[in-house]
Amino acid sequence: MSEFHIVVCGSIVPDPLQTLEPVQGADGPALKNEMMLPAVLDPWAGHALFEAAELAKKHEGSKVWLVTLGPKAKLQQVMMNVAQKVPFELVCVDGPASGFDDSFEVARVLSGAIEGIAGLEKEKMLVFGGWQSASRGSGAVMQMVGERLGVTEQFQGVDKLVVGDDGSLEVLERVEGGAWQTAVCDSAPAVLGWATGELPEPPNNPQVGMQNMRLIMPALQQAKAADMGASGLSFGSVELPQQRRETRVVKDVPAEDIAREIVEWIRS
Amino acid sequence: MRKVLFLAHTEADGTLSRNALETLTAAKALAEGLGGEFAAGLVGADVQAAADSVASCGASFYGVSGEAFGQSRYATDVNACEALVKASGADIVVAPATMRFSRALPGVAVRVDGRVDTHCTGVSVKDGKAVAERWFYRQRMKGELSRDERPWIVTLSPGCYEAFSGSGQADVQAVEAESVTRSTVTGIKAPDVDEQTIRPDAEMLFVTGAGWTKKQGDGEIHVQRAEGVIKGFLDSTKASLGSSKSLVDISGEGQAVISFLTHLHQVGQTGSTPRHTKGLATCCHGEEPHVVGWRFIQERRAINKDASCGWAQGKADVLYVGDAFEIMEKVNELLRD
Repeated sequence: MSEFHIVVCGSIVPDPLQTLEPVQGADGPALKNEMMLPAVLDPWAGHALFEAAELAKKHEGSKVWLVTLGPKAKLQQVMMNVAQKVPFELVCVDGPASGFDDSFEVARVLSGAIEGIAGLEKEKMLVFGGWQSASRGSGAVMQMVGERLGVTEQFQGVDKLVVGDDGSLEVLERVEGGAWQTAVCDSAPAVLGWATGELPEPPNNPQVGMQNMRLIMPALQQAKAADMGASGLSFGSVELPQQRRETRVVKDVPAEDIAREIVEWIRS
Repeated sequence: MRKVLFLAHTEADGTLSRNALETLTAAKALAEGLGGEFAAGLVGADVQAAADSVASCGASFYGVSGEAFGQSRYATDVNACEALVKASGADIVVAPATMRFSRALPGVAVRVDGRVDTHCTGVSVKDGKAVAERWFYRQRMKGELSRDERPWIVTLSPGCYEAFSGSGQADVQAVEAESVTRSTVTGIKAPDVDEQTIRPDAEMLFVTGAGWTKKQGDGEIHVQRAEGVIKGFLDSTKASLGSSKSLVDISGEGQAVISFLTHLHQVGQTGSTPRHTKGLATCCHGEEPHVVGWRFIQERRAINKDASCGWAQGKADVLYVGDAFEIMEKVNELLRD
C-alpha cells in the first residue's frame, strides 16, 4: 500500500455572496473594505483538501498539510470552520490573499513554505490545490509551485484520482467539450490541480476540530511574514462592468404568445 | 527589436482550434502595433499542415513535432513550449487558453524566468507598450495590466477575436525538445450524450435553475417532466446546457434533481462563464455570484415567476414572467413543427 505526503495549497477568498468593489490602494488595486469582508476557504482548494484527506484515510501512514498564504487574522477565522472538516496540519505564511497579487510571487512563497516542511519526503509527495481560485482565477500557481519543486508530472482540472496497487496514479482531467482525459502517472511526486472532484463537503466534526486546532494555533502564531518580492506587474485600471441592460418585462401574457416570441428569437 | 510569438498546439486531426486562430489574430495585431518581429511556434505530432493553414500571417515559423507532442501532457508540452520560446527569442508570447496550454504555460514561465497572465480577454498596445485585459474575482471586475518582466506569456480566452484565415506554404524551422515523461495518456472519457454539456461551439446557452426541482402549483415536484422538457429543448436547438450552482449543490446533497446535471454544467461564480451568442435562463434565482455565469452571453432572455428576479433585472434583455414548464413545453412544440 502506498504512503503519500500530500501538500494542499490553498488560501482564503471573500465569501462569494459579498458585493465586491475595487479600490486603488497604496500598492495597487485592492478590494474595498477587504479586511472587513467575511472570508471562506477557496472553493477549489476546499475540494482539494477533502480529496487529500480521503486519500490519506485510505493509505495508512499518509499525511496532509495545508499550506496557505494569507492574512493570519482572517486565516484564523476561516480555520475555525475548516479545521472541523478533515485532519490536517497547517503551514501558514502571513501575507496578502488578494486576487491582484502576482501569481508568480505567490508560487515562489508557497514553494518556499513547502520546501521548509519538516519530514516531507519528496518521493512520496503529492501537491494538491485548486485548478483555479475565486480571487485571481489564474489557474497558474499550482504549475509554478510544481516547477519550482522540480515536479514534472502535473495534472489540472482533476475530478478523480485512483491509486493503483503499484502506486501508480490514474487521473481524470477535464478537457474541452465537457469530457475528461485519462492518464496514468507511474508514481508520486505529482501536482494535481483539482476541479470539483467527487466528494461532498464533509460535515463538521468537533473532535477533528479540536485535534487540528492544537497545531493550527501555534502555526498561526509562528507564521512568518511573506516576502512578496518586487513584481513588475502594474495595473492601468480595475473596474466593475458598468453595463446595465434595460430589461423588458413581459408579464400577464399567455404562455403560447411567450413561446412564439422565444422561438422567433431562437430562429432569428 | 521586440518580438511577439504566437504559440499554439495542433488538435488531434492536425488542425488549429478556433481559439488558436482567434489568438493568432490578436498576436499578429500586437506585433504590428509594437512594430516588432512576429513568429509562430507550433507543437504537435506533425505541425506542417497547421503551419500551412495560417502561412499568410507573416510570421516566421518554428515547430516541435513528434508523436509524444501530439498528446496533451504537462511534461512534454512544457518542454516543447520552453524550446520554442527560447528558439524564437520572443519577449512576448501570446497563446490560446486551451485546457492543454492552461496546464503547461505557467510552468514554461518559470523555466524561462518570465511571467504569465492567463485567461486574458485582450492584448493591445497603449503608449507603445503591450497591455492585457483580464477579469478578476470570477468575472466580477475587469483589469488592464502590463508587465516589465520578459518573456511575458499571455493566454487568451476563446471568443474574444475573429479567427484568422489565410493559408499558404509555410517554411517551418524544426526545434528539438525532450519527450521524457512518467505519464501516459490513456484516452478520452466523453459524456454519453453530447448535447448534455457545455458546448463552446453552440449558438445558445440554456441555463436551468433550481426552480425546475421545486414544488409546482399542485404542491408536487415534477423532476421527470422537467427532464423531458429540458432534453426536448436541447434536442431541438443543440444548445449548450448550463446550471446554476444551487441546482448542482442540491445534487451533491443527495436530493431528487435533474439526473443529468453535474458540476461540469455549473456556470457562475464557481463554475464556467461560457461565451455564446444567445442565452436563455429558466427558473434561475440569485444575484451577482450566479449572474457572472452569463456575463459573456450577448443576447440574454429569462423565464421566471418573479418579475424582480436579480438574475434577470438589469442583466437580461427580456424577462418573461410565467411558468417555465408551461412556456418551455409550448416552445418545444413550436420547435418541433
